[in-house]
Amino acid sequence: MAARAVWLAFRGGLGRRQAFSTKANVQVKARVAERTSPVTHALRFIPQGSGRITVEVIEHLERLALVDFGSREAVARLEKAVAFADRLREVDTDGVEPMESVLEDRCLYLRSDNVAEGNCAEELLQNSHRVMEEYFVAPPGNISLPKLVNKNPSYTAKW
Amino acid sequence: MAAPMLRGVSPVRRWSLAWVDGGSRHRRTSPNGSTSNRIREQSSVAQQPLHTAQKPRKGGHKWAAVVGLEIHAQISSNSKLFSGSQVSFTAPPNSLVSFFDASLPGTLPVLNRRCVEAAVMTGLALNCRINKKSLFDRKHYFYADLPAGYQITQQRLPIAANGSLSYGVFVGNRWSHMATKTVRIKQIQLEQDSGKSLHDDLRSQTLIDLNRAGVGLLEVVMEPDLSCGEEAAAVVKELQLILQALGTSQANMAEGQLRVDANISVHHPGEPLGIRTEVKNLNSIRFLARAIDHEIQRQINELESGGEILNETRSFDPKLGCTVPMRDKEGKQDYRFMPEPNLPPLVLYDTASLPAGADSQQVINIDQIRDALPELPSATRKRLVQQYGMLPEHSFALLNEAGLLQFFQNVMKETRAEPKKVTSWVLNTLLGYLKHHNLAVSESPITPSALAGLLDLLDSKAISSSAAKQVFEELWKGEAKTAAQIVSEKQLELMQDQEALERLCQSMMEGHPQVVTVAGGAGPSHLSS
Repeated sequence: MAARAVWLAFRGGLGRRQAFSTKANVQVKARVAERTSPVTHALRFIPQGSGRITVEVIEHLERLALVDFGSREAVARLEKAVAFADRLREVDTDGVEPMESVLEDRCLYLRSDNVAEGNCAEELLQNSHRVMEEYFVAPPGNISLPKLVNKNPSYTAKW
Repeated sequence: MAAPMLRGVSPVRRWSLAWVDGGSRHRRTSPNGSTSNRIREQSSVAQQPLHTAQKPRKGGHKWAAVVGLEIHAQISSNSKLFSGSQVSFTAPPNSLVSFFDASLPGTLPVLNRRCVEAAVMTGLALNCRINKKSLFDRKHYFYADLPAGYQITQQRLPIAANGSLSYGVFVGNRWSHMATKTVRIKQIQLEQDSGKSLHDDLRSQTLIDLNRAGVGLLEVVMEPDLSCGEEAAAVVKELQLILQALGTSQANMAEGQLRVDANISVHHPGEPLGIRTEVKNLNSIRFLARAIDHEIQRQINELESGGEILNETRSFDPKLGCTVPMRDKEGKQDYRFMPEPNLPPLVLYDTASLPAGADSQQVINIDQIRDALPELPSATRKRLVQQYGMLPEHSFALLNEAGLLQFFQNVMKETRAEPKKVTSWVLNTLLGYLKHHNLAVSESPITPSALAGLLDLLDSKAISSSAAKQVFEELWKGEAKTAAQIVSEKQLELMQDQEALERLCQSMMEGHPQVVTVAGGAGPSHLSS
């Protein structure tokens, strides 16, 4: 907690793009990263005791990423991770082009249009839990959402 | 193609600004048709007023439809976009799949040069700005036919943007007058195709074939500049012809090499755009036009009876001839785009910026590609009109049927007849017979030489045009006889002997004196009977 207070004060001192009051209950809105890349939703931090990341956000993420935030610890760890990464915003990047990737100075290798792979159906099908006549077998349609929350562990086990 | 039958829409597209009166219709605005951002908001269905559909008031509400197309074209290449497995339409299931396509851990994408060239060619043909630097992104969603759980695409900075496509439409109800219109191209991007899923309802399972997974696709996103099914059909047809002329895609809709999704909304001119729906599963150009017109009408009916349009995805059912809501596609779709970490930016060069001593295999020169572009359909049509003096409508008709232009040119090579005559026989007679018997040009029992022979006889006045039609019928039987042979067999030659003709006429007149008197009174113009 002390660390966090220090962090907030630090940001206040630098007085960057985000203006905020020095009140204890601060609602700091993380901006959607418009200048960098369309990465994810904006997450709303509400430092009022219990969750800083809301239940709706967790549910939404669980559906999208098919992960299971089973416990409070997992959510707390996520919050800490976001806060840790948030410190990047302290850097003044006005007028600096965002980096696309650490590879951006490399040359993108162009392969010539030859057939060099494939014909390994048997090997690939060995990886699948269920197979039918050289086809992979999947559950019907798409993964239906309401059942997701319960089925998570067994779903990941299948693949 | 008849003019679009939109209720309440005048055939000539001049809008009178008649405002919607009365009725507190709750109108919601939505972003206009382009769907590069696919976040769907489910609009809640308002309380429906309890009355049945009303007839539109005469001369009152005029509706404008807004249609935007997203087209996916499979790139014609030997191997896939990011792996070395073969691209082929028919092959045993999962036999054309590499470890990368199956997204086994530890595999990495390697970009196919041919696919980049295809994208640049298509971008140049569609008057786009080619981005010298473009980026790859991951678009995440879960579906059984997407083994990696994401698709590599180019959302942030595509390879080409801001182009245009010109197409021809028949004006109003007159099938012989064509006008040129333009649709703006928002962007062209490279992306991966997904695998194929076959639904086995009997055993309640889905069978996955990854042969198609990873094949390169060109996604052409257009601005919503279209207003009806006919225009959309013309646009897709023109794009098909362009892609086929470039060789970048075979663009065969029936084989899934060209897939079109349409975003459709309706509104009153002058008011904000309406809620749009997306229509998928359009397997042919004809269905495309029907589906769009049907969906426009459905939306108009719905709104006029006080209902609301849901922002949803619908599928076209060709048997029912209508659009139906698709199986649930999970209302809110957040694709969580992120840069593809395994691919550096794609850099293209032109002659000016080409680095010295660069490996030619590793660099792509836009200017070089531009110089090597083949003749585009619009240029071909212009050339036909200039060279043969044919009407623009005829040039369109010649290009729209696969193989017909080649047939026409082969006939022209071998015959002395006038281009106008050849055009008429090819477009009216030959094409008519082909359509009637449901044959492609390649399956025509009449060869270009045979038709050329027939036209020569006609041209030299050896036979009459009615006799020529008879000869054509005989030739159609495909018995490898020439036109000349048939003419002599059936004695269809015009009599050339002047004296014999005179004697014939004389004997005719002597045999029917009454007719002669009548004809003599009426004047020379009646002598033909």
